[in-house]
Amino acid sequence: MMTNDLILRVVTKWLSPIIILFALYVQFHGDYSPGGGFQAGVIFSTAILLYALTYGLDAALKVIPETALRVAASFGVLLYGGVGVVSMLLGGNFLNYSVLADTPLAGQHIGIIVIELGVGITVAAVMILLFFTFSRRVDPE
Amino acid sequence: MSLMLNLVLLVFLLVMAIAVLKTKHLFAMAMLFGLYSLLVAGLFVVLDAPDVAFTEAAVGTGISTVLMLVTLASIKDGHEAVSSTKRKIGPLIICLVMGGLLIFGTHDIAKLGEIHSPPNDQVAAYYITQGQAETGVPNLVTAVLASYRGFDTLGEVTVVLTAGIGVLLLLGQRRKIHVKKRGQTHDDQ
Amino acid sequence: MIEYILGHINYWFIIAVMMVGLYTLISRANLIKKLAGLAIFQTAVILFYVSLGKVTGGTVPIVDEAYTLYSNPLPQVLMLTAIVVGVATTALGFALVIRIKEAYNTIEEDAIFTLDQKDHE
Repeated sequence: MMTNDLILRVVTKWLSPIIILFALYVQFHGDYSPGGGFQAGVIFSTAILLYALTYGLDAALKVIPETALRVAASFGVLLYGGVGVVSMLLGGNFLNYSVLADTPLAGQHIGIIVIELGVGITVAAVMILLFFTFSRRVDPE
Repeated sequence: MSLMLNLVLLVFLLVMAIAVLKTKHLFAMAMLFGLYSLLVAGLFVVLDAPDVAFTEAAVGTGISTVLMLVTLASIKDGHEAVSSTKRKIGPLIICLVMGGLLIFGTHDIAKLGEIHSPPNDQVAAYYITQGQAETGVPNLVTAVLASYRGFDTLGEVTVVLTAGIGVLLLLGQRRKIHVKKRGQTHDDQ
Repeated sequence: MIEYILGHINYWFIIAVMMVGLYTLISRANLIKKLAGLAIFQTAVILFYVSLGKVTGGTVPIVDEAYTLYSNPLPQVLMLTAIVVGVATTALGFALVIRIKEAYNTIEEDAIFTLDQKDHE
């Protein structure tokens, strides 16, 4: 561990929450501005990567335990598929969101927001999981 | 103006790609690769694709480069061995043939920015005129991604999850697996 | 003629980057370098697709009353997912490189090939 990395630590402490906030903005405002699940997922994971690179893997694992990541990665796909199944149960085709609400337009909007959330959760969880798995193989000198 | 910007960025891009090819130091190569991705993200902005630019900036400059660095740290081998020069002509011929054929192929593509080219005239025109009315989402990229091509996106997310599972299976064990030293394999059998 | 060149030079540069990526992929023996070449090749193809959807004078495909001309959203959608899938598969490649290093203690293709041949004899 480096000892003279005070600036790095302070900057990371300020920067990570802002990156996470931006990721959430990209996720939930993606209907009206550039953004969506894929973008938000990767931006979110860069915040955790930055934190892990500065403070070490153990500190990052305290923030997000690995089991939670594995569950989240699967949950995102489940959420996505679940929307499809729900729309089938409500009488539409698989992933036809128009039947999810009273009017087709409102149904489409709900469907898009939910599946984008599913995409975001899976992408963020898989990217963080990849980094954690790789960095565990690095032997401490 | 846009074309000039495009060309400047593309020249930088070509220089970066050649630098990645030429450098022997793998850590330097990782940093050059990050720069290459940043330039590509800039190009996406010029090409009216901010959604793709976001993703490329975060993925290429962030995650990919970091994963490359972590891999290098893990294998503790920062230099490319000076390889024998026996395999240089063959690859060059293959690349030149591929590039020549592709450039010959671009003859049939409409010039950059043509409105009535086949890719822009067919289904894309429908998305642009009807997208917001049918999905209620002004960002057409999100509308097409999540609604019109929802099935496609489900497949892509599954691929991401599968790749994650694959990496976990390959590297997930806490302890390194001890592989038998090469050469001893025969004596044991 | 000038107009033809100006309309297509963008594609030619992208193809040149593609060629450099492919050359890195085939000619270099180092596995990490091969993966970097593959990533460059992939990015160049993505760039090619996105540039096909560009419309002169068009704007970002987000519908607003102030604009009538938009770039093509379809290539952007397809390539957006391709980038994220690309990094996931590249990570799988890196994982394989780490395992190969553990098994063979080298990441040079020539050395691995020699070791394999020694095994067969």
